[in-house]
Amino acid sequence: MAVALVLVLIVVGSVLFHLLSPWWWTPIASNWAYIDNTIIITFWITGFVFAAVVLFMAYCVFRFRHREGNRAAYEPENKRLESWLTIVTAVGVTALLVPGLFVWSRFVHVPSDATDVEVVGQQWQWSFRLPGKDGKLGTSDTRDVTADNPLGVIASDPNGQDDVVVEAADLHLPVGKPVKMLLRSIDVLHDFYVPEFRAKMDMIPGSVTYFWFTPTKTGTFQVLCAELCGQGHPLMHGVVMVDTQQDYVAWLGQQQTFAQLSAPQQTGSADQAPGKTTASGLKIAARLETVGSR
Amino acid sequence: MVDITPADGIPPAEVAEVELYHPHSWWTKYVFSQDAKVIAIQYSATATGIGLVALVLSWLMRLQLGFPGTFDFITPEAYYQFITMHGMIMVIYLLTALFLGGFGNYLIPLMVGARDMVFPYVNMLSYWIYLLAVLVLVSSFFAPGGPTGAGWTLYPPQAIMSGTPGGQDWGIILMLSSLILFIIGFTMGGLNYVVTVLQGRTRGMTMMRLPLTVWGIFTATVMALLAFPALFVASVMMLLDRVLGTSFFMPAISEMGEQLPHNGGSPILFQHLFWFFGHPEVYIVALPAFGIVSDLISTHARKNIFGYRMMVWAIVGIGALSFVVWAHHMYVSGMHPYFGFFFATTTLIIAIPTAIKVYNWVLTLWRGDIHLTIPMLFALAFIVTFVNGGLTGLFLGNVVVDVPLSDTMFVVAHFHMVMGVAPILVVFGAIYHWYPKATGRMLNETLGRFHFWVTFLGAYLIFFPMHYLGLMGVPRRYAELTDMTIMTESAHHLNSFISIMAFIVGFAQMVFLFNLIWSIRHGREAGGNPWRATTLEWQTPQTPPAHGNFGKDLPIVYRWAYDYSVPGAKEDFIPQNMPGSFGPSREPA
Repeated sequence: MAVALVLVLIVVGSVLFHLLSPWWWTPIASNWAYIDNTIIITFWITGFVFAAVVLFMAYCVFRFRHREGNRAAYEPENKRLESWLTIVTAVGVTALLVPGLFVWSRFVHVPSDATDVEVVGQQWQWSFRLPGKDGKLGTSDTRDVTADNPLGVIASDPNGQDDVVVEAADLHLPVGKPVKMLLRSIDVLHDFYVPEFRAKMDMIPGSVTYFWFTPTKTGTFQVLCAELCGQGHPLMHGVVMVDTQQDYVAWLGQQQTFAQLSAPQQTGSADQAPGKTTASGLKIAARLETVGSR
Repeated sequence: MVDITPADGIPPAEVAEVELYHPHSWWTKYVFSQDAKVIAIQYSATATGIGLVALVLSWLMRLQLGFPGTFDFITPEAYYQFITMHGMIMVIYLLTALFLGGFGNYLIPLMVGARDMVFPYVNMLSYWIYLLAVLVLVSSFFAPGGPTGAGWTLYPPQAIMSGTPGGQDWGIILMLSSLILFIIGFTMGGLNYVVTVLQGRTRGMTMMRLPLTVWGIFTATVMALLAFPALFVASVMMLLDRVLGTSFFMPAISEMGEQLPHNGGSPILFQHLFWFFGHPEVYIVALPAFGIVSDLISTHARKNIFGYRMMVWAIVGIGALSFVVWAHHMYVSGMHPYFGFFFATTTLIIAIPTAIKVYNWVLTLWRGDIHLTIPMLFALAFIVTFVNGGLTGLFLGNVVVDVPLSDTMFVVAHFHMVMGVAPILVVFGAIYHWYPKATGRMLNETLGRFHFWVTFLGAYLIFFPMHYLGLMGVPRRYAELTDMTIMTESAHHLNSFISIMAFIVGFAQMVFLFNLIWSIRHGREAGGNPWRATTLEWQTPQTPPAHGNFGKDLPIVYRWAYDYSVPGAKEDFIPQNMPGSFGPSREPA
């Protein structure tokens, strides 16, 4: 009796918690409301199955609990019932999978008008690179990374000269324009994750990964690293500011290109960038202090 | 010897009885024993011991998450070492060892009607190598730099770099060495379990008369023998990268301004190898639990398991499918995005045989005669927890839904529900069920019920709300949850609540351990078959069973394992070794 009651309470409590608790996703700031909708569909279907199974159990425990003289039924199989349950489950699973794959297809196919934005992760900070006037990012190689070329842009590639380099500072994006985030790492795995954008993807040293989205709201959003990257992992925060077109252009005008940064007279200014690695072999402790103080 | 007439369809004994090689000294009887039952208890005790370490580690990490900044000794370094060791111990050294080495060793020979495992000496070696693996693992706590803090997934490159605790010290080397030892030891045991089930069954025990416990452990062992080699090679390759400077998993890397002498390796190759092992591993833990819980439900509801053949095929089907779903752990790893279509489809297909198992468990309850014994309570709690955890798997398996949720607390909540709490509830149910056979005494009922309610409801209160932190976007593996704009004040309070529940649930396990020890001497006498069960382990001449299990003659099996409440029979159970007919047989053939 008590057991059946507890089972019912678990269902009621879980549903009430879901409906009433203050803990829910952050307001969305990208085009991926499709993903939120798929989650809602999944909550409905799985919530229904959970309630149905546990309430049925509660009923059985109450109705068929042992009493003197009771005897269980003897029914090894029931092919009809088993087939029906299999079919109903298959239908439910299809109802989850089809919208999921449909949205995934959108997620992996980048619209042709998306602008490239490169994100480079390193222990434990974020840097960014935007294509210059030619609209193309220059090629890069981890082996070309030096104190003066922190992103490893290949200097001999003419496409890279006008690239805008934003080292260890905030990224700005214009609202309403699709962007293709090209993700790169120069040391370990990282993952570029902004909860409000819903999208994320790992960054792998030696590869370029990607995802795309369209920011739909202006504002300031926190970047979190979502792949364990060593002891500074929880401090690896960054900032994305989604601007109006006007603000964005103003910000872009203040940034320096790769050519400007690598010109000899510019090397002294490197200290202005917070968290800049100026010497090789920086100790981890010093590194963490730099990251933590930002 | 029972006379067998050919009409029974059972072949006569093929081998004359031989004198058994009984142990002659205390050492060979209790320490270097070749008796599967003793080895089972050695495995279980070692797994429980190391599991207690993992429990304490989980408390330490919950202290940090629930009350950030309060405990200075929990540095980020220490935190990552705690989560890594907690995860690895629970998955490999506790759950895998307990289900296969513990329950497998104890139950397989008894349930199939064998005198022992077919290779007892190798079986003994299996345990001692497992113990060595555990000792190597524990030694990393005392090594310079401490244990590895790479996360239990040990993803390179960070696992062997200086930014990760133990990466350039001893930690990662000891971890990889311990895994290699574990796999060697497991292979020795695993081959034994498989061959014993295939070759050691007594007369009349066809494969389709095996209790589902044996089916679960057997299938899980076959899977483990196929999956562990992937982890084995990955461990060897990473060890070479770390010690000899090869570049299997290491591309060109600029670490804090310094170029490392690696080039051309693939970090994602490790992930494929790891999860080719890692996903079947989930079912290596789950399938024995599925099998055991089926037998608990059937026995304590006094009713045959519903749809036995479907249950067997679901176990085999899940086992096979689990080898083609591994990359659902890698949807946001940066692998080719088209893999997502394939792996989401296979992953959701696996939900169908899994759902069938759940239906058949609850349909076994339906029109049963449900005795709410402690094993039955744990079985019911398992269904609730497993259904909850399984359903959240439909979120994470459906590739695009996984994108916002992966690497958040949602994942932590999901896998703890489905492969942490759920199988452990079965372990508890199984211990309350078989303890009387192993010791001759019952566990204390009052302490047992206290342990059950605190564990079940407490664990649910820990992990159910945790999903919502993940939905909010709180990442997993964060030693510090400070300065995060997405986290509200109330979310921090929720974390404190979860931590307090974790302490309460952990405390209840101490009560359970006390019960285990106290009842050996003070428990109520159990007799040979306290649950009035049908399977062969309850029909042994002695309790606890002696060396050789069945006395002079092996039992002969006349029926399946689920003849409960057969119409026309006097008792509500008919042991598998009882001859005779009760009306037309409805045993699924």
